[in-house]
Amino acid sequence: MSSLVKCPHCGLRPKEEFTVRGEVATPRPDAGAEEAVWFDHVYLRDNPRGEHREYWHHSGGCRRWLVLSRNTLTHETSEVVDASTLKTGGAA
Amino acid sequence: MTGFRIDGGTLIDRNDVRRFSFNGEALSGFGGDTVASALLANGRQLVGRSFKYHRPRGILTAGAAEPNALLTIGRDGRRDPNTRATMAELFDGLEARSQNCWPNVNFDIGAANGLLGPLLGAGFYYKTFMWPAAFWEKVYEPLIRKAAGLGRASYDPDPGYYEKCWAHCDLLVIGAGAAGLAAALTAGRAGARVIIADEGAQLGGGLLAEGSPIGGKPADAVLADIVGELHALPNVEIKKRTTVFAAYDDQVFAAVERVQKHLPEGAINPHLAMERLWRIVARQVVLATGAEERPIVFGGNDRPGVMMAGAMRTYLNAYGVAPGKRVALFANNNQAYQTAMDLEARGVEVAAIIDPRTCPNIRYDGKARMIAGAMVRDTAGRKAIKSITVRHDDGRDEVIAVDALAVSGGYSPIVHLACHRGGKPAWSDEHVGFMPPENTDGMTPCGAVAGKIGIVDCFAAGGAAAVKALAELGVMGDAATLPGVAQGDATVDHVQPVWSVSSTKGKAFVDFQNDVAASDITLAMREGYDHVELAKRYTTNGMATDQGKTSNVNAIGILAENKGVSPGEIGTTTFRPFYTPVSFGALVGASKGMEFQPIRKSPLHGWAERHGARFVETGLWYRSSWFPKDGETFWRDSVDREVNTVRTKVGICDVSTLGKIEIFGADAAEFLNRVYCNAFLKLPIGKARYGIMLREDGFVYDDGTTSCLGENHYFMTTTTALAAGVLTHLEFCAQVLWPELDVRLASATDQWAQMAIAGPKSRDVLAKIIDEDLSNEAFPFLAAREVSMFGGRLKGRLFRISFSGELAYEIAVPAGYGDSVADAIMTAGEEFGIVPYGTEALGVMRIEKGHVTHAEINGTVTPADLGMGKMVSAKKDDFIGRVMNLREGLVDPNRPTLVGIKPKSASDKFATGSHILKPGDPVSLANDQGYVTSMCHSPTLGHAIGLALVKNGPSRHGEEVVIWNGLAGTTVTGILCDPAFVDPENEKLHA
Repeated sequence: MSSLVKCPHCGLRPKEEFTVRGEVATPRPDAGAEEAVWFDHVYLRDNPRGEHREYWHHSGGCRRWLVLSRNTLTHETSEVVDASTLKTGGAA
Repeated sequence: MTGFRIDGGTLIDRNDVRRFSFNGEALSGFGGDTVASALLANGRQLVGRSFKYHRPRGILTAGAAEPNALLTIGRDGRRDPNTRATMAELFDGLEARSQNCWPNVNFDIGAANGLLGPLLGAGFYYKTFMWPAAFWEKVYEPLIRKAAGLGRASYDPDPGYYEKCWAHCDLLVIGAGAAGLAAALTAGRAGARVIIADEGAQLGGGLLAEGSPIGGKPADAVLADIVGELHALPNVEIKKRTTVFAAYDDQVFAAVERVQKHLPEGAINPHLAMERLWRIVARQVVLATGAEERPIVFGGNDRPGVMMAGAMRTYLNAYGVAPGKRVALFANNNQAYQTAMDLEARGVEVAAIIDPRTCPNIRYDGKARMIAGAMVRDTAGRKAIKSITVRHDDGRDEVIAVDALAVSGGYSPIVHLACHRGGKPAWSDEHVGFMPPENTDGMTPCGAVAGKIGIVDCFAAGGAAAVKALAELGVMGDAATLPGVAQGDATVDHVQPVWSVSSTKGKAFVDFQNDVAASDITLAMREGYDHVELAKRYTTNGMATDQGKTSNVNAIGILAENKGVSPGEIGTTTFRPFYTPVSFGALVGASKGMEFQPIRKSPLHGWAERHGARFVETGLWYRSSWFPKDGETFWRDSVDREVNTVRTKVGICDVSTLGKIEIFGADAAEFLNRVYCNAFLKLPIGKARYGIMLREDGFVYDDGTTSCLGENHYFMTTTTALAAGVLTHLEFCAQVLWPELDVRLASATDQWAQMAIAGPKSRDVLAKIIDEDLSNEAFPFLAAREVSMFGGRLKGRLFRISFSGELAYEIAVPAGYGDSVADAIMTAGEEFGIVPYGTEALGVMRIEKGHVTHAEINGTVTPADLGMGKMVSAKKDDFIGRVMNLREGLVDPNRPTLVGIKPKSASDKFATGSHILKPGDPVSLANDQGYVTSMCHSPTLGHAIGLALVKNGPSRHGEEVVIWNGLAGTTVTGILCDPAFVDPENEKLHA
């Protein structure tokens, strides 16, 4: 796991400032979506060998939620973006 | 006679005599000595007993890899077990003791284990001592543990303190031998920010042991020049006594600096750390960790007096200590011959050089007798070596009398830090060793770790490595010019691997610390454990505190030899942090005792203390739990009085620890509407509302009140336990789920001192300090707004909410005013009989009222389970948890649901956690109906009461049940009832 995380707002910070929530799940379904879709969203998570996208919270810093893309095998972090961009697409 | 002091020694100061004791015996050495060099100078070669067979063991090395000479140093809280004598600096008054021997190191009863050798071979714990099975735990294991083992930790607290720090640099140079020094000098001169770290007490590494001049100049003078220049460079930070012990991702390195471990008690500065744990972030790294000399595996190779050739040279040149009077050298490489040369130069007789090689590259210019193509097959001597048996190439044996034997089986680059991030070292036939992996991102190995030989070649390699690293940083630099460095061919050795001596007589040790012999490794192979990772675990080779620094490569060589393959095909085991053991003190740092974790104190902590509060730790908080008065000796005396006073008069309670979150934004109402399961869209300004927050899986997460203080401004309270969790959850909702909503969140928990004023007289008390109309009409139940206090001198936030069930208010004032406002309320309430009450009384009153806390909100309950199913909005399209809350299993009427519970006989008591059974059912969890979540003695009702989650609870009020305490094995008859024991009609709330 990375020792330093490049927060898009704060720069390179030690990993102890962050809290990992786990894999970026499927987008939150509409209220009317089928139960199976909700089930996926709430419960099902992958544990891949290789590229993985995770929610990281900069809890000891700017308190923004981030999406960190990392390789579970090589520990390389390829991208860290503000999690709001998942939905808005733009810069946070 | 074994070792003794001779002239010379670049590291020691003969004017600085230091007294120390070894196993109670008074000895002395000099400033600059290690405990090992001082022991050798005093002729003490036998320093400990081996782990398993209790064989006599001496000092093998002069550095970090030492497997044998582990001592317990110091006393009481400053006692450090398993300290390597080769790394411990001698100070005046030092006390050192041998380990793993009884009654003493010279006469050790455990040595009888040697006779049990056949039973203690590889994997013995899987094979012997297996029968009868019950004997393992009670007889065999305790006996083995008593006989085997290392030093014992002290039970006394360490009086020293420890700290952790971060450091940042352009270039981190690990190791300050010739290569590291040249690298640091090169980068330092180029202006880069350099940190150079070395585990030794002095910079120099192999230079410290160099007896020959370099470029015509004495080695110590060359070293002094370099170190002097480095000290003068402001951009170079020198860290001596600092072991870089781990390489982590993103170029973060961990190092431990032994700041004061080398000082006597009286010289320790209490304001300085004993050790410092560094995390160093380096843009580039030069790895100059050197190479470890390998032992040779032959019979009796563990006898005291057998020492690594390089270590012998270090003791000779750096400490002025001769290892004996008549020494032999057993080596398979040219570099080791330097030890024989230096011994002869200092007047020590070298009896013979035994070299298994027959190649033409062997040349020795000294006086010693050369025996080529030969091996040492055995040694003799009870507690120190007296002779060696040499097997000549013609099969003839010759016994040679010696009192020390230098051994060198080649050199293993110290590749650990290059492999901590997953890289695998590569075998090199040329260097007869495992080399650092090619792909070492941002790390340049140089010097002996990269296979270079000799001071001059290492100077050149270090300079070149720094130039390369600087180029990566965009800095131009020239390799530092150092004495002796000239253009020329690199020095070449001709190491011929000798993995084991076939003619060996007796036990030939591979791993000295774990007592693993060559025969154990071949046995493991015969039994099918021939994979390097399996062989390691089956034999325990390399698993001791030295992590196999002197043994791993030999074990791999033996495996390879026996399988007929290259050591490269066997491969190494995995290198993991830490490189050498790190003290718990350094890892713990300042986090011990009261500093183990932060302490959170409410703004009213001092006020509560003045009123004699007893405090309870809840998470990091210290909350006032009850306030004993004179004559009250039992906690419940105080709690019952506090409850009775609140129910009849008035009380004040510190509720500052509740989580407080300010919520702003045009979409704040919509946001709240989505995070609470009940409706919040139409909450008017000036009103508070109780809200239940679900998790997305439909279960209750937390509860609390949220007040609308103004247009687009809300103030949320959470439970104390989940203050941080709720804020994090809300941030996730606002930032990830609905970033399109205009909402901003800020934690305000520490900004406000908040007090509950509860009881029939609470309005009368507050009316004296609040400037506004508090009548039921003007400020009804659930009113919430900013109020003027003390004649306009202060503004506070007043909420008419109640956890106790009484007429009650909560008043929040800026934290700094909390203490004075609490005092003012006490003064105002004096005429009404006000008392402070704590969390215990609060808990009793909420149970009496049937209010839930996290004892009930246990992660498996829905709002309906808590009797609040009607609060879940059926009108809202969406909110967190809406869909999952409707799942079949979550709406089953048979789910455990909140009820009150009381004993049938008022004198009976029961315990929280007790299970509920139907009368007549066998006492078993198979017949479980639910359990008691909370209970207390109700002073209002005069008997025990509780809350419980019971199957289909609401329809069972009045039913008789059995309350079963499975831990105590007792049962009590109880009656299920309405959870609101007091004022079920809420008349008091609205009074």
